[in-house]
Amino acid sequence: MNPIRELWKSLKETLQDLGAITRFLLRLIAHSPRALLRFELIVQQVFNSGALSLVIIMLSGLFVGMVLGLQGFQLLQRFGSEEALGTAATIGLVKELGPVVTALLFAGRAGTALASELGLMRATDQLSAMEMMAVDPIQRVVVPRFLGGVITMPLLAAIFSLIGIYGAQLVGVQIMGVDSGSFWSQMRASVDLRDVNEGIVKSCIFGIACSLIAVYEGYYATPTAEGVGRATTRTVVTSAVVVLFLDYLLTAAFL
Amino acid sequence: MFAGLDMDIARGRVTAIMGPSGTGKTTLLRLITGQAVADSGSIHVAGTDMRSVRRADLYVLRQRMGMLFQNGALLTDLSVFENVAFPLREHTDLPERLIRQLVLTKLQAVGLRGAAPLMPAELSGGMTRRVALARAIVMDPEILIYDEPFVGLDPISMGVILRLIRRLNDALGLTSIVVSHNVQEISTVADTVFLLSGGKVVARGTPQELQSYPSDVVRQFVGGLPDGPVPFHYPAIDYFSELLAQGEDH
Repeated sequence: MNPIRELWKSLKETLQDLGAITRFLLRLIAHSPRALLRFELIVQQVFNSGALSLVIIMLSGLFVGMVLGLQGFQLLQRFGSEEALGTAATIGLVKELGPVVTALLFAGRAGTALASELGLMRATDQLSAMEMMAVDPIQRVVVPRFLGGVITMPLLAAIFSLIGIYGAQLVGVQIMGVDSGSFWSQMRASVDLRDVNEGIVKSCIFGIACSLIAVYEGYYATPTAEGVGRATTRTVVTSAVVVLFLDYLLTAAFL
Repeated sequence: MFAGLDMDIARGRVTAIMGPSGTGKTTLLRLITGQAVADSGSIHVAGTDMRSVRRADLYVLRQRMGMLFQNGALLTDLSVFENVAFPLREHTDLPERLIRQLVLTKLQAVGLRGAAPLMPAELSGGMTRRVALARAIVMDPEILIYDEPFVGLDPISMGVILRLIRRLNDALGLTSIVVSHNVQEISTVADTVFLLSGGKVVARGTPQELQSYPSDVVRQFVGGLPDGPVPFHYPAIDYFSELLAQGEDH
């Protein structure tokens, strides 16, 4: 086994995959204007990806916020500035944890559901049946799911951050005794629109990435039980790596 | 997969395509319907060359075709009614009242009007196939294609599907193509049978002509003989040599 040849082969395969997924994205974008005309299909997917993920997003947001409240309080107390807890928690949530954790949870909950649903549709000939009924499955099935995910992600991230701030406040103010007025006023004074924009941009891009990976993996899944399982696993793993990588790039870009 | 395959499927008839497993029957259907493109040769469907057809024209042609998949391929998130209504909603702007009447008419034709509100998961295999058939004819196609329509069906369901194939073909003036293994059953409804083996047509004729066809492959297939031109054993090295070659890995 020649390690250089293996490395070259692996690099070539990665580039081919990247090319294929980019072509797929362009195809989705080309179909999007027509898909928007049937908005009820997209609304259905926003419900499937978004409303059905609400519980896990809200619970995770609450706990992440509470942990942030505890850790932040301990750290800030060392410098005698525990009143800044509101600012620290909010910036952490809005700019970083909200978009990233939401994207990871989205990949685990909605992404896997999208990939397995499309994979099963492929395995049970539903996509072929649509083709035979002269209905383009990309237009009818894939694009609404993709757009549904893209719309859903910033909304979920916003809810995550909101609940997270409440969690931080719950621990910081209600339990650890930080002054409520300082918590809210410092937060309002220090967090500006640029911070919020960063979170929105990140969650939009993560939404595109996670939804694209999920529908791509599902649509091209090998039509067997094993193939669908593998597509589902790949959706989570690839989404997690891509989200964290993109997060670094976007954070650096916003500095 | 195919070599020298030459077939003409007559308009208005029920044509059966039969042959041993792995002989390419489903692939042939995929070529006829434009789901796959042949590397060479020519396939003409209703005057359209399937090798050079553009995607938009293919979709227009497919509106003149209906296909019944092996497992029905119903859309699992839609009810029976919505499955049958699906092509109408996608391709027409008919008012809801008319869509309802058309769907109920087709469901009545397959005997499942009462199952309209059910979901696909609530249907038996035979019922699934009948709903899929109702969906396949809802756009009043000219060509109806059946891919292994009898797989996994009990005798009653099989009888129902057989009767529907013949009745729909005659009542709607369709051209039906049925891919199947079931020699006896399909013989009762087919006008013409093509028997494929080794990538080409080895026999063609009426089901009665096939029964006495002077060919070993046909005799083996029609008689259900386990060994013959289609061998029982998958090609392998000599049995004793392999047994005596102790401990060597495959």
